[in-house]
Amino acid sequence: MKSRLLIPLILFVLLVIFLAVGLSRDPHEVPSPLIGKSAPTFELGQLADPQKMFSPESMKGEVWMLNVWASWCVACREEHPLLIAFSKTQTLPIIGLDYKDQRPAAMAMLAREGNPYILSAFDGDGHVGIDYGVYGVPETYIIDKAGVIRYKNIGPITPDILREKISPLITELNRS
Amino acid sequence: MKSLVSILLMLACYGLMANEAAPLAEDPVVEQRLIGISEEMRCLVCQNESLAGSRSDLANDLRAQIRSMIKAGKSDAEIRQYMVDRYGDFVLYRPPVKPITWLLWLGPFTTLVVGIIGLLMYLRKRNTSMDSRTLSDDENRRLDALLNTVETEFKKDSRP
Amino acid sequence: MIPELGHYALILAFCVALVQGVLPLFGAQQGRREWLVLARPAAQTVFLLLVFAFGSLAWSFYVNDFSVLYVAEHSNTLLPTVYRLGAVWGGHEGSLLLWLLLLSTWTFLVAQLSKTLDEFMVARVIGVLGLVSSGLLLFVLATSNPFERLLPAAQEGRSLNPLLQDPGLVFHPPMLYMGYVGFSVAFAFAIASLLSNRLDAAWARWSRPWTTAAWIFLTLGIALGSWWAYYELGWGGWWFWDPVENASFIPWLVGTALLHSLAVTEKRGVFKSWTVLLAITAFSLSLLGTFLVRSGVLTSVHAFATDPRRGIFILILLFLVVGSSLTLYAVRAPKRAMGAKFTLTARETMILLGNVFLVTAAASVLLGTLYPLLIDALNLGKISVGPPYFNAVFVPIMIPLLVLMGIGPWTNWKNTNLLAVIKRLWIAALLAVLAALLIPRVMGEFTWLASLGFLLAFWIIGSGIQQVIRQFKAGKPTGSFIGMQFAHLGIAIFVIGVTMVGAYQEERDVKMSSGDTVAVGGYQIQMQGIAAVTGPNYMATRGTFVVSRKGQLETTLYPEKRNYVASTMPMTEAAINAGLTRDIYVSLGEALPDQSWAVRVYYKPFVDWIWGGCLLMAIGGIIAMLDKRYRSKLRGKHEI
Repeated sequence: MKSRLLIPLILFVLLVIFLAVGLSRDPHEVPSPLIGKSAPTFELGQLADPQKMFSPESMKGEVWMLNVWASWCVACREEHPLLIAFSKTQTLPIIGLDYKDQRPAAMAMLAREGNPYILSAFDGDGHVGIDYGVYGVPETYIIDKAGVIRYKNIGPITPDILREKISPLITELNRS
Repeated sequence: MKSLVSILLMLACYGLMANEAAPLAEDPVVEQRLIGISEEMRCLVCQNESLAGSRSDLANDLRAQIRSMIKAGKSDAEIRQYMVDRYGDFVLYRPPVKPITWLLWLGPFTTLVVGIIGLLMYLRKRNTSMDSRTLSDDENRRLDALLNTVETEFKKDSRP
Repeated sequence: MIPELGHYALILAFCVALVQGVLPLFGAQQGRREWLVLARPAAQTVFLLLVFAFGSLAWSFYVNDFSVLYVAEHSNTLLPTVYRLGAVWGGHEGSLLLWLLLLSTWTFLVAQLSKTLDEFMVARVIGVLGLVSSGLLLFVLATSNPFERLLPAAQEGRSLNPLLQDPGLVFHPPMLYMGYVGFSVAFAFAIASLLSNRLDAAWARWSRPWTTAAWIFLTLGIALGSWWAYYELGWGGWWFWDPVENASFIPWLVGTALLHSLAVTEKRGVFKSWTVLLAITAFSLSLLGTFLVRSGVLTSVHAFATDPRRGIFILILLFLVVGSSLTLYAVRAPKRAMGAKFTLTARETMILLGNVFLVTAAASVLLGTLYPLLIDALNLGKISVGPPYFNAVFVPIMIPLLVLMGIGPWTNWKNTNLLAVIKRLWIAALLAVLAALLIPRVMGEFTWLASLGFLLAFWIIGSGIQQVIRQFKAGKPTGSFIGMQFAHLGIAIFVIGVTMVGAYQEERDVKMSSGDTVAVGGYQIQMQGIAAVTGPNYMATRGTFVVSRKGQLETTLYPEKRNYVASTMPMTEAAINAGLTRDIYVSLGEALPDQSWAVRVYYKPFVDWIWGGCLLMAIGGIIAMLDKRYRSKLRGKHEI
C-alpha cells in the first residue's frame, strides 16, 4: 500500500478529533483579555447616592467581587437569590455595577428582591462596562488585593460555579 | 418691492433646499472611517453580524465610542487596539498575524505552491514510467508491419 | 394518528434501508444473486416510505396539528398556508427528514435509470446509498424524531422566524439539499468501483450525469440563498462567508473539480485515483457541512438549535462513513498510473491544474472556517475569521484559475503547442485589455481591482467567442461543448456583477421626511409619505418612495418595517427595483425623534448579474447533461 494514499485518511482523523473536542466548547463565549491585568479605573456616582463616588482603588488590600447587573436584565434574576445568600456569608465584599439602567427602576428592584451589594456604582451610559469588556449582563469579576482581575464569569453564577471556581479562588487569593 | 422679491426668492430657495435629505451622520467623512473600521469587527452580542451592521445596544455604544475616538484623532490601529484590549482578538474579523495564525495566513498560499509542485513532479514521474512501458521504435515498426498484413488480409476477405 | 403512521414509516424505512445496505453489498462480494436483486426493490420501498413519512409531517403542518411538538415549535395558525410548507424544513428535525427524502429520491432514480448497468455495480451503488440512509435514519429516530408528540397539545404554535416567511425559504433548502445529497451518487459509484476492484472508465461515464445534476442543484441552491439574503436582510449584502454558507460552497468547489476530472477520466482513462478521491471528498464535505450546521461548534446565523448529543451522533456517522471510505481508498486505489501519456501542455494537465486551484480554494475556505475551532480546541484562545480573511485569500487563488479558463479549452489532449494557442488568443486578450481600460472610465472611476475584474471576465468571454467561431467552422457542436460555453460564460458574467457592485455601488444613509429627495447613482428618490399597513400576521409602517431619473418617473418603491405578531424583532422589508443594469434598493431604518425617518438607499450596478451568472452556469450544466451520449443511455441502448 502506497503510504501517500493514507494522507487523506490521516488528515480526516485529525479533523474528527478537533471537531470532537470542539463539541465541548462554547463558540459564543468570549474570554476576557483583562484577566491578569489591573482592573480599569473609574469614578462613578453610587446608585443610592449620586453625590458619593466609588472607585475600585478604594478596594485595594481586599479581595472583592464586582457584579455587573441591571433591572432590565432577565438572567440577573436567576443569580440574584444566590448572590443574596452569598452576601450573607460575608465571604467578601460584593460591589454592584448597575449597567445602562434607570435609577428608579434599579432601586425598586433592589428593594423588591433584596440587595446583596455593599453599594452599586451607577454606570448609566455603559462606558465603564465597555472598559471592562462587558458584552452581556450579568457578568462577574473577582479582583484581588492588588487590584488585578483574576476571574471573569459570563452569565449568571450558578451554585456549581460558585462552589467549584469562585470560592476556591477567593480562599487562595485571601491567603496571599 | 425689491426687498419683497428678494425675500420671496430666498424663501423659494429655502423651500428647494429643504427638500434635499440630510445625511444621517453628522460628519460623512468620520462616518466612512467608522464603517471601514467597524465592518471588520464582530458584534459581541449578535455574533453573526459585523459591528457596522448590528443594531444591538452594545454595538450602538461601541460605534459611538469609535466615532468619538476618530474625532479625537486616533488612528485605525489605535482604535483596533482599544477594542482588542477589552474584548480580545475575537472581536476582529481579520485575524491578526501572530504565531498562532501563521498556519491560517500562510496555509493557502503554501498549499497552492505544494499542489503545483506536486503536480509537476507527478507528471514528470508519470511520463518517465510511461516511457519505460511503451514500445520502442523498433518494436513499433514490427507492430506496424504486422498490422498492415492483417489489414490487407481483412480487405481481401471483405470484398464482395 | 397520522404522525404515528409517519413515525412508523420511518422505523420501517430504517429496517428496509439496512437490508438495502447490507445484503446487496454482501451479495456482490460473495456472488449471491438472490441478495443482489434485493437492491432495487429495497430502494423503491425506502423511497415510498419516506415520501409517506414526509407527507405525514407536511400534513401535520397543513392542518396545524400542534400536538406534534415540531409543528408547535415552527408554525402558527396565522402563518399563511404557503409558508407552512417551508416551515416543514425550517427546523432541524424537518430539514433532516427532507435530507433523507432527497437521498432516497436520488437512490430511487439511480435504481430506475440503471437498467443497462452491470447488476453487481448496481447492487454496490444502491447498497452504499442504503448504508448511508440507514445511518441517517438511525440518527433521526434516536435523536431527532419530527413526530414527537406534545401533550397536551398547544393551543397555538410558536411562529416561524419572520425572516423565513418568504418564497426564497421555500426553495432554497430543497435545492441546496438536492445538490448536497446528490453528490452521494458519485460517492456511491466511487465506492462501488473500489469495492469491485475494477477501476475502468465506465464508472466515470456513469457518474458524470449524476454528478452534473447534483452540481446544478447546488449551484442554484447557493445562488438562491445569496439572492434571498440580499433582498430579505435589508442591507444589500449578498455573501458573508458565514460558516454555513462556506459549508455549502466548499463542496461546490470540490464538485466543480470533480466534474472536470470525471470528464477527463471518462475520455482518456486517466486520473482514476484522483477522481475517486474527489468523489469521496465531495460527499464527505456535504456530511461535514451537515455536522457543522447542527452541532453548535461554530457561530452562525444559520445554525439550527443545537444539542451536543446530536453533534456526537453525526460526528460518529461522519467518522464511520468517511473513515471507512478513505481506508478503502488507501487500500484499493490504483497504485500505478493508467492510460496514455500526456505532456505538461496537454489538456489533461490544464484540467489537473484547474483542479489544484479549486481544491486549494476549497481547503483554504475550510481552513478559515474551522480555524477558530482549532485554536479554541487547543486552548489557545478565541479568534474570529471573517470576510476580510476569506476575501484576501480566495480572490488571489481564483485569479490564475480565471486566466486558465480562457486557455484550457484550446489545448489538445495528449499534447499542445501552447505557444500557438496563446498567439491565437490575441483577440481575446485585446478585448480583455480594452474592457479593463474602458469600462472603469465609463463607470466613472478607475480602480486596479475593478480593472482586473473586467480584464479576467472579458478574457473568458473573448476566448469563448473565439471557441464558438472555431467550432461552427468545424461542424455541429456537441451538448458538452455548448454546456461548457454557457457555464464559463456564467462565471464571466458573475465576475462582472461582483466587480461592478464592489467597485461602483453607491450608498446613502439619510434622514427623510415627506417631500425630501436623495440622489444616488444618477437617480432621484423622493419620499412621499409614511402609512401604517396590516398584513396577515404583522403590522407595518410602509414608506412611499418615488424614483426618477432626469425628471422621468421610473418607479415607486414601498419599503416596510414590519412588526410580526408572534415575534418581537422588527423586520425590514427592503424595496428593490431590479433591472438588467442596476438595482435601486431602498430600506427603511428607524423612526427618528423629529418625526423623520432614517432611510438607506443603494444604487447597485449590475448586481443581478451575480445570480444571472449562476443561472447561466446551471443552464450550461443542464445542456451538458442533455448531451446525446447520456440520452441514449436513458433509452437503454447497449453500452460497450
